[in-house]
Amino acid sequence: MEPVHIIQGTAVPLDRSDVDTDQIIPSDWLKRVERTGFEKGLFSEWKDNKDFILNDEAYSAASILIAGPNFGTGSSREHAVWAIQQAGFKAVISPRFGPIFKNNSTKNGLVPVEVESDVGERLLAEVQKQPNIEFVIDVEKAIVEIAEIDLQFSFPLEQSIRERFLKGLDDIEITLASETSISQFEQTRLAWLPTQIT
Amino acid sequence: MGKTLSQKIWDNHIVQSREGEPDLLYIDLHLIHEVTSPQAFDGIRMSGRSVRRPDLTISTEDHNVPTINIHEPIADETSLKQVETLRTNTKEFGITHYPMGHPNQGIVHVIGPELGLTHPGMTVVCGDSHTSTHGAFGSLAFGIGTSEVEHVLATQTLQQPRQETMAITVNGELPQGSSAKDVVLAVLGAIGTGGGIGAIAEFRGSVIENLTMEGRMTVCNMSIEFGAKAGLIAPDETTFEYLRGRENAPSEEFWEAAVNEWEKLYTDPDAIFDREVTLNGSDILPQITWGTNPGQVIPVNGVIPNPANFDDPAEREAAVRALEYMGLQAGTPISDVPVDTVFIGSCTNSRIEDLRDAAEVIQGRRVAEGIRTLVVPGSGVIKKQAEEEGLDEIFKASGFDWREPGCSMCLAMNPDKLDPRERSASTSNRNFEGRQGRGGRTHLVSPRVAAATAIAGRFSTPEDL
Ligand code: SF4
Repeated sequence: MEPVHIIQGTAVPLDRSDVDTDQIIPSDWLKRVERTGFEKGLFSEWKDNKDFILNDEAYSAASILIAGPNFGTGSSREHAVWAIQQAGFKAVISPRFGPIFKNNSTKNGLVPVEVESDVGERLLAEVQKQPNIEFVIDVEKAIVEIAEIDLQFSFPLEQSIRERFLKGLDDIEITLASETSISQFEQTRLAWLPTQIT
Repeated sequence: MGKTLSQKIWDNHIVQSREGEPDLLYIDLHLIHEVTSPQAFDGIRMSGRSVRRPDLTISTEDHNVPTINIHEPIADETSLKQVETLRTNTKEFGITHYPMGHPNQGIVHVIGPELGLTHPGMTVVCGDSHTSTHGAFGSLAFGIGTSEVEHVLATQTLQQPRQETMAITVNGELPQGSSAKDVVLAVLGAIGTGGGIGAIAEFRGSVIENLTMEGRMTVCNMSIEFGAKAGLIAPDETTFEYLRGRENAPSEEFWEAAVNEWEKLYTDPDAIFDREVTLNGSDILPQITWGTNPGQVIPVNGVIPNPANFDDPAEREAAVRALEYMGLQAGTPISDVPVDTVFIGSCTNSRIEDLRDAAEVIQGRRVAEGIRTLVVPGSGVIKKQAEEEGLDEIFKASGFDWREPGCSMCLAMNPDKLDPRERSASTSNRNFEGRQGRGGRTHLVSPRVAAATAIAGRFSTPEDL
């Protein structure tokens, strides 16, 4: 993955709770065997409604998605993260994320910014009022700054994830450095555990 | 201080633990299917890596497969390509694969347990959120994304940060007519779709102990619906009995040693859970969802709630939107709502016991006029067993369609779909907007309620027929 340090840009307010991954990318899109080409699938069922916020010109340049609580619950489809990224978003802000979605985000360099509920509500309201306010998300400090409304807050980001973001590290590479430990562990495997003869 | 069951399994699988880094856990069993694996295999190839343990990996095709005419090629081109890609990938990397029509083929979470692949104390992963199903055996089983599928293929391990622990205790005894599905829906009603985020949930208490393995799988299956990393149940005699003699279970030579190990898998009496939820089992009536997330649930004798009565603003707005999408009015008794389709299947409720439950309700009765009904066994093994028991004849005689195994109408990736505004009673696990087909309206229920609803033409319990 590409390193991520600072994300600077405007945001779009998706004022809904429980936006599950079936909404983010409906299952028809999951038939693709490639890793690209998912941007058109992003919220494809909601996008048919011309009033849907992502169709609003005022937010067309947004690179940050703000949503209500329980964003990305449901299916494990990483396609949801790919679709959001390929549509130009670099971070998602929500008071609570579906855990698999959040994990998938961190593997792809999409920054999940978890906020207190009241902060989440305030951000949605502010961005609904003024589409152009600029957010600065500093991954190293795990801080969001919005100068125009004089707001600064920190968000939780585990040290190990922060490091992967900043350096653009590949998990598999990191793990393979511990190959000896994996082999040693395999020596202790219980004799009756299932194995397929291939 | 003692350890909880999930902590014991976790600790038994630590390959490496370092300050400030997630633990590196060994994975005992990796299940794969056509939807979340193609990009992972591509990654393996592009980086010149190989699959470390093809012998610990099992593959099946389930999401895309049609449930009729399976001896013909898949008509949908993109579905066909995805399935063929899996066949090629498993062949290239030497992974056992069960294709459509193979007696062992079926929904990934149904075939694992029934082939005896899931043992107590194991770590099991799959690129699918309902991997939590396997926790019914007292294993640590969780869904992963495609990047992690690639990670497991390449290393047979995963980097995982520690989770909180959560106890969900269901005491007492279920009323006659309530089932495992109602238990887990009631849990969802109590704690909501975010109630388990950040934790591994252990189900305990007399109601859970009295469930069969099929019922325990139904309960654990839906732990992801409240956001838990995994759900699990301590193994006991019921677990051991289920496993004994199955294809991949420990052979007689190892049986005693295995059981000795398994008997150590329980939460120590002095262990402390980070979160605790307790429900009284005798309060759990048959449940039905009314909205567009599985936490929006009421008892089947209830009325559609009024959004104004929700204190939380986000919940209130979600309720308003859900009623609009579902085409429902607050205050309507749910038993007055007619359905168009009844679907009995999915990794939540497609096992032999579910089919027996449904067949018992419909035997000697006819499906109501104009209702589409599908029964989709979870696997080839279940289909065969059901046919040996004559269940298929009961379904067909009542007017149900008897299908070939697969995910079917659970997720709208294959030909079995709802039409816009079509209303279903479904034994699956998700009632999200469009989950069963664009614009479709899904109500989650148990197999008994689904069967009774097919007969009555509106939401009903067998007792009301
Ligand atoms: S039956 Fe439904 S929930 Fe289960 S694996 Fe298939 S699509 Fe997923």
